[in-house]
Amino acid sequence: MSARTIALAAAAVVLLTLPYWIPGVYYLNVASQILFYAIFAIGLNILAGYGGLVSLGHAALFGVAAYGTGYMLQAGFGHPVAILFALVAALAATALYAVLSLRASGIGYIMITLALGEIVWGLAYRWISVTNGDNGISVHSRPEPFGISLASPSAFYYTTLIVFALSMVAVAIFARSPLGAALMGTRDQPRRMNALGYHVWAIRFWASMLSGLLTAIAGILFVYYNQFISPQTVALTASAEVVLMVIAGGAGTLLGPIVGAALVVIVKSVVSAYLTRWNLLLGAIFVAIVILMPEGLVPGCARLWRLLKGRSRTERKGVEVER
Amino acid sequence: MTFYLVLTVNSITFGGLLFLLSSGFSLIFGLMRIPNLTHGSLFMLGAYFGATFVGGLLGLVFNFWVAALLAAIAVAVFGAILERLLLRQLPGQPSAQVLVTLGVSFMVADFCLMVWGGDPISVATPASLAGFVRIGPLAFPLYRLAIIVIAIVVALGLWLLLDRTRIGAMIRAGVDDPDMARVIGIRVSQLFTTVFALGAGLAAFAGIIGGPILSVYPGLDQDMLPLALVVVILGGTGSLLGSFVGSILIGFIYNFGQALLPELAYFVLFLPMLLVLLLKPQGLFGKFVP
Amino acid sequence: MSLKLSRRTFMAATAAGAAAATFKFPTPAIAQNAPFKIGLLTVKTGPLAQGGIQMEQGIATFLKEKNNTLGGRKIEFVSADTGGNPAGAKTKAQELIERDKVNVILGPLAAFELLAITDYVRQHQTPLLSLAAAEDVTQRHVNPFIVRPSATSAQCMHPLGDYAAKELKYKTAITISEDFAFGYEQMAGFQRVFQDDGGKVLKKLWPPLVTPDYTPYIAQINDVDCCVNGFAGSNPVKFMRAYQAMGMKSKLPLLAGWTAMDDALLHSLGDEAVGVKSAHWYSADFDSESNKRFVADMQKNYKVLPGGYSAGMYIAGMCVEAVLQKNGGKADDKKAFAEDLHKVSLKDSPRGPFHFDQFGNVVGTVFIRNCERKNGKLVNTVIKTYPNVSQFWTYDPKKFLSQPVYSRDYPPLKR
Repeated sequence: MSARTIALAAAAVVLLTLPYWIPGVYYLNVASQILFYAIFAIGLNILAGYGGLVSLGHAALFGVAAYGTGYMLQAGFGHPVAILFALVAALAATALYAVLSLRASGIGYIMITLALGEIVWGLAYRWISVTNGDNGISVHSRPEPFGISLASPSAFYYTTLIVFALSMVAVAIFARSPLGAALMGTRDQPRRMNALGYHVWAIRFWASMLSGLLTAIAGILFVYYNQFISPQTVALTASAEVVLMVIAGGAGTLLGPIVGAALVVIVKSVVSAYLTRWNLLLGAIFVAIVILMPEGLVPGCARLWRLLKGRSRTERKGVEVER
Repeated sequence: MTFYLVLTVNSITFGGLLFLLSSGFSLIFGLMRIPNLTHGSLFMLGAYFGATFVGGLLGLVFNFWVAALLAAIAVAVFGAILERLLLRQLPGQPSAQVLVTLGVSFMVADFCLMVWGGDPISVATPASLAGFVRIGPLAFPLYRLAIIVIAIVVALGLWLLLDRTRIGAMIRAGVDDPDMARVIGIRVSQLFTTVFALGAGLAAFAGIIGGPILSVYPGLDQDMLPLALVVVILGGTGSLLGSFVGSILIGFIYNFGQALLPELAYFVLFLPMLLVLLLKPQGLFGKFVP
Repeated sequence: MSLKLSRRTFMAATAAGAAAATFKFPTPAIAQNAPFKIGLLTVKTGPLAQGGIQMEQGIATFLKEKNNTLGGRKIEFVSADTGGNPAGAKTKAQELIERDKVNVILGPLAAFELLAITDYVRQHQTPLLSLAAAEDVTQRHVNPFIVRPSATSAQCMHPLGDYAAKELKYKTAITISEDFAFGYEQMAGFQRVFQDDGGKVLKKLWPPLVTPDYTPYIAQINDVDCCVNGFAGSNPVKFMRAYQAMGMKSKLPLLAGWTAMDDALLHSLGDEAVGVKSAHWYSADFDSESNKRFVADMQKNYKVLPGGYSAGMYIAGMCVEAVLQKNGGKADDKKAFAEDLHKVSLKDSPRGPFHFDQFGNVVGTVFIRNCERKNGKLVNTVIKTYPNVSQFWTYDPKKFLSQPVYSRDYPPLKR
């Protein structure tokens, strides 16, 4: 059994038994939050990490799914219809988002997505008949799949965990697939890919759709967790936050976004209870990451690990030679 | 009639303030291709410093203009340190640049909250400019008109710097082709530090000059950063003329848009920005596509 | 200034949490000797920190004055920073209720934060004393666990409309406030009573929450008797400076809601505020015993003049004390505690005598103040008091509630 399989199995055990050893319902809920923010970050990572397209408006897509769910529930529809509508609406929004933003790449892409995000934020405030403005939409109940009510924190946690696991598998498959490889090619060598006959725009478009799907799923979990949606969720700060999660954790890696999500959620929710200046700390952590591990926490730690392993091996060798 | 006159004059004065705000960002973005997301925080930091100097520090009350200069210098030094220690290590890595500039902006914002508290600080208009100017039936505040003058002075100064000095020539070379510039012996990295410091100083100067109009409060950074982005995108990246014209144009769009299309008030700036990005991505006078 | 008393160590909390998750302990008889926990939902980072910091100062001042003992029971105080957004408010409400097991929650600051947690608070049967307006929580979607000792958005604006029409004899007005619910509800309240008293609102202006320059809006204010504004946060400073800079101050009288001329904001304002009349449910110069004490303590502890944010939390503390005193320190039955909160009626408080209506909203004095300079400092001097003002003004509650919610377009402008 390789080290990786052992690590994976250990992680699975830890996550599956979490509700039993975690010190309190509050921390169980924090764990659920980490999981669905991780799905959001994984979704963004497809574009920002594997695709080299840093989207500063992704919270808009997240919000469309959340608002879609809330709107349908408020209109009196049941959960399955609401969720389906939210997914369709978010995917349609993603398609429009992609068509507009993929006209550029690099910093131009960042600017277009920022502008789109700000426009959606304005809509969330002003289109009161749909979004209820800053009073937001309250979601009064959670779904009950197979008769199990997700109102229970552990049921919600397990549901989120399953969705998270599926998302991870999907992205792992994607990263290894020809489409994934092609996407990374367009990130590293767009002109060469074009010359080789790859349709760069189409590759990026379908990557955007996959990203949008995962983001929508995260948005739906978010609105069921909080049971409330309001314009703050689609603000620029929200988009910036998920970008930070991806970059700090390690863009273009499988585990990076998860670590980034955990970092931000833990500092915001847990550390903030002990430290008033948690915002300063968060900023300082980001700066420290850039100084010490600019490629992100996960690749940086992997590099550190390899360095330490390599050093201990040469040290042992050195002792043997001396004898 | 007076209504349109007021809007027109205010468009120009607001444009002047926007130019002061965005000139620094445009310079840094144009030369170093870095989207400096700390720009709003540097603006706010300069405003807080300036307000403190104006209000009296350690028993010394500074003249408004002296305070503005001191604030600009202080933040320019901070900017130089930022560039040397952090940004220098990350050429061509937009993700890391985004991470570090956002991280620094978090730190600066929380630092300001810690030091100056949550209440807004009102900056007194300098006494020499506290009156009104009568234009026909209209009374327009003198200070706002002074801002256009200041903006023009700064614009002229920057133009002279870029067009008539050696260092300006080096900057322009760096904007047009950084690699070639290095090849012919221009100390590009030193230039970068200087430009970043200059950009930071301009942002801070804009912050305190804007103080009598905007006041200083937590959240000022997040309010002003999108405006700087809109101006730079519309006016054109790497072009001083673009920044100036873009600022005045945004001033008009903002004033007339808010007054005549109140339903679209939230979109009056970002829709034009989006259109420009889609149709003419280098902006009106831009030298390159971002 | 840190108000966190020693928390239980993490291990103790772990053990307690694990135990609580699996067992249901019968309430021990020694419960009264355990400290009574008050949780505060406030904002200490970001733009809303302005009010949030003051909220904490208010309750801290109250607890300090009472030596951390209310009704004979020791108080443990926990402060939580929501960051000023609804998801943060929900997380921190969960932290206070699930982790810290507070007996009562004070706050939150913003209306959207309250709306995000009202269902949750009701589910967990935790009494809450709100500062946030969010009218529906005490109107059409009443939460029996929530009382509001501050005011609804329109509560102070109804009497202002009356004062403007009857005392100042204004016939026309233009309203201007931020484009969000708090702004809509305030201006609607003024408009309703002003129009019913014979006045007419000619125009309603709604600048976005983030507006760097109010000039395009101020340019549209003319040919009326007065301008009414309801700005909040740091926007009043910007607005009043611009209003004065445009030469409007001498031409067109300015009226204001409580957040626009809050006493705590006065030290950030200058001559632009002199002569502005405002309506508030609290006034620093109000001459009651408890207020004199409160103002003196705030100035001693923090060197600030208190405003609505701190007064609201101080008064909330007084309500909690009243219930604890009534029950001899016993507070195990949360439902009963919430019911007792609704029954609180105090004669002496920083805002004067008050009680709660059947929906949980305060019925108390509304002060009309005029801003003037005294000894070089700005003060809001009370010029008229309206006693016993409820959230419905003089309207019948049933009729009031049958009409549409106050919004951007309701009440409609009189033709």
